[in-house]
Amino acid sequence: MKRIAKATMATLATGALLVGCGSSAGGGEEAAANYPERPIDYVIAFDAGGESDITARLQQAPLQEALGVDISITNKPGGGGALGWSELTRTAPDGYTIMGHNLPHIIVQPMMRDDAGYETEQLKQVYIFQSTPNVLMVPADSPYKTLDDFIAAAKADPGAISVGGSGTYGANHIGVLQLNEAAGIDTTYTPFSGTGAATPALLGGHVDALMTYTPMINQLGDQVRVLGVATEEPMEQIPDIPTFTSQEVDLVGGAYRGVAVPPDTPDAIVGELAAAIEEVNQDPELVEKFNEQLFVLENMGPEEATEFTQERKEVLTELLGDLEEA
Amino acid sequence: MFELLGVGIANNLAPSMLLLVLVGTVAGMAIGAMPGLSATMGLALLVPFTFVMDPTAALVLLGAFYMGAIYGGSFTAILVNAPGTPSSVATALEGFPMTKKGKSELAVVGATMGSFFGGIIGVIALIFLAPPLAEFSLRFGPQEYFWVAVFGLTIIISMSAGSSLKGLIGGALGLMLALIGIAPVGGDVRFTFGEPMLQGGIPLVPAMVGLFTIPEVIRLIARKGRSAEMLDVDEDRQGLGAMLRRVLSKPGNLIRSSIIGTVVGIMPGAGGSVANLVAYSEAKRVSPHPETYGKGEVDGVVAAESANNGTVGGGMIPTLTLGVPGTPPDAIIIGVLLLHGLRPGAELFTSSGDLVYTFIIALAVSAVMMVPVGLIGGRALQRGVVAMPTRYLAPFIMVLTIVGSYAVRNSLVDVVIMLVLGVLAYFLSLAGISAAPIVLGLILGTIAETGFVQGLLTAKGEAIPWLTFFTRPLSIVLIVLTLASVLLPMLSARRKRQRADGGAEPTSASDAHLSDSTTKE
Repeated sequence: MKRIAKATMATLATGALLVGCGSSAGGGEEAAANYPERPIDYVIAFDAGGESDITARLQQAPLQEALGVDISITNKPGGGGALGWSELTRTAPDGYTIMGHNLPHIIVQPMMRDDAGYETEQLKQVYIFQSTPNVLMVPADSPYKTLDDFIAAAKADPGAISVGGSGTYGANHIGVLQLNEAAGIDTTYTPFSGTGAATPALLGGHVDALMTYTPMINQLGDQVRVLGVATEEPMEQIPDIPTFTSQEVDLVGGAYRGVAVPPDTPDAIVGELAAAIEEVNQDPELVEKFNEQLFVLENMGPEEATEFTQERKEVLTELLGDLEEA
Repeated sequence: MFELLGVGIANNLAPSMLLLVLVGTVAGMAIGAMPGLSATMGLALLVPFTFVMDPTAALVLLGAFYMGAIYGGSFTAILVNAPGTPSSVATALEGFPMTKKGKSELAVVGATMGSFFGGIIGVIALIFLAPPLAEFSLRFGPQEYFWVAVFGLTIIISMSAGSSLKGLIGGALGLMLALIGIAPVGGDVRFTFGEPMLQGGIPLVPAMVGLFTIPEVIRLIARKGRSAEMLDVDEDRQGLGAMLRRVLSKPGNLIRSSIIGTVVGIMPGAGGSVANLVAYSEAKRVSPHPETYGKGEVDGVVAAESANNGTVGGGMIPTLTLGVPGTPPDAIIIGVLLLHGLRPGAELFTSSGDLVYTFIIALAVSAVMMVPVGLIGGRALQRGVVAMPTRYLAPFIMVLTIVGSYAVRNSLVDVVIMLVLGVLAYFLSLAGISAAPIVLGLILGTIAETGFVQGLLTAKGEAIPWLTFFTRPLSIVLIVLTLASVLLPMLSARRKRQRADGGAEPTSASDAHLSDSTTKE
């Protein structure tokens, strides 16, 4: 049964290939049908030790099991991920190089840079498997006890409150821009080279608040107070932390992580990979580790992930367009 | 606490634990010695293996590996002028000239003892002073990082006394290289000439390997007598006891450099790449014979290596007590802690005290183990490299540089960057501009720019934001240090000139280094 499904998929894929791009078609059918038959390189476009890297290393063993071949993880950091993603567009579309990708990064970089080296649509979506919602936190001894306090202070002194975060035009930065818009306030965003570099600035009082990701709640513990989490519903693991929406600020979002392959990768291969990652996302041990770290499991297959990316692109075009006009 | 300390020591005395520490230390040394394979990357590779281990064993293995990797960078720095990690830049400045003079064995012994002392002093600080030091580290804001970088840049002057202009030209070149790529704050793409691969900027390790190592390879190949051994001088074989006495005869240097390393390690984000340079510069500044620096001074090796291993224990202070990584490899340690459901913070010391103290003591045990391993294995490696004929050595070093610069980001572009900068450095060296100020500019340029822009942004609420660079107490301390670092060498040089009055002109470190290699044919 599985074989028949594979064969059908392969035929479809070959058709798509012939329509799409003839150059890489030679033996494509056979290659896709037997996929995977040798080790796969899983590339992370960030340094070792970050959220994306840790996630990939958690996935490594179950993914090997699901696909039946070795998975090696390599890091190709640079340009906030752009270096790796631009290279992915030039990589052989044979399914043996897969790369972690992050939203909103892959949407905003081509939007804001003249030569990001890739276009969002060139990264073929396989799966979006995880997200880390934005959270707004202040030091435990901050005068801002609630989101309302924070907003009131920002209104009283526009531009004076500084909010740190990871990177420029990353999820944290976008989160601050959205917060400013949703709450009608003006805070100053200061980017740091990563979540790790941003936290001492918060604890040392060099910034007033931090827009960061949910895992930092665990890492920083009672040194900080969390004013809001950017999810629709309160997260199960942290029921006491209010959402922004419950405090009448329309802010939902964060960083989404998934896997992408080079453009022109046969759909059959994408399907195989997506099925494997879906299986990994159900691995009890992995689910537990994800939960402990306050990651949110996402299950978006190729089509859903592509649609989601398109939706987010529209939202961000509007947000950043407004900003440029202003 | 002392009870937990006892538990930690007892746990470490178990044979299986000692074996684990030994394996971690040796593996770390091997990875650290390879240019391009940094401590951070080695630790990341180990992470999946630690999933199946219990948390204590996992942390002990990672800690020992980290300690060994920082030390391992010294071997290639000393023997072939290829600093394995940015933490060993200053080691190469003195260690490689020592190799050329036939004193590489002494350099390896100096690096080993320095690493041991630094490692131990960092751990002692971690055990006894963690909470207050962690609080202190948080006072360093963007403004302070800006001044730390400026202070670091003044090292160029002490590194190139006599030809400050050439040093400054090198430093400026390094600063210009640091501008390439995406702006650290604001995200503008600069000087990439439309080449997407340059978005990531000039990567430090390939640049360093190219600037330091390639000119040496070119000189090796260009020399007459191609089949001769690498060295014209016979290795100066001393007894181990004599070498140890020489290295340990300056306890002040060992202790000062270890403390500098510990303190720099505590400051989040800076780590070994800054610590070794600061300690080196301080050692030279207080030395009664600073003119020997740059020509193969073992005290310089000792200073650099004490400092970089000092950052291991120092960096662990904010890591364990605040959940803030002190050095880049600490980010991975935090990740592993969290994966095992352990939250960094003061409560970690109380709730999981035996684990934390077992880990801390393992760092110390690892530092102790480096001594026999380094004195036996490191010296064996040193003998092998020194005895290798040029026709094998030159290709061997080339392979090492190419593999090393490729490995950082698995990128061929990095190999090209390495080779281009290497050839450039060769021609610059003919003009008397040495590689060290360029590397310094590259490392510190980004830190300075980031601190400057972040400082202005975070102070936007003040009436005059840039004034915050001059009003914060720690900033003032750093400004005073910077001024002292610029003015004192100038004053002492003038005094010397007045005293000598027309005597022999002091030769610069870089010139001497250059003439060393060009006249010995």
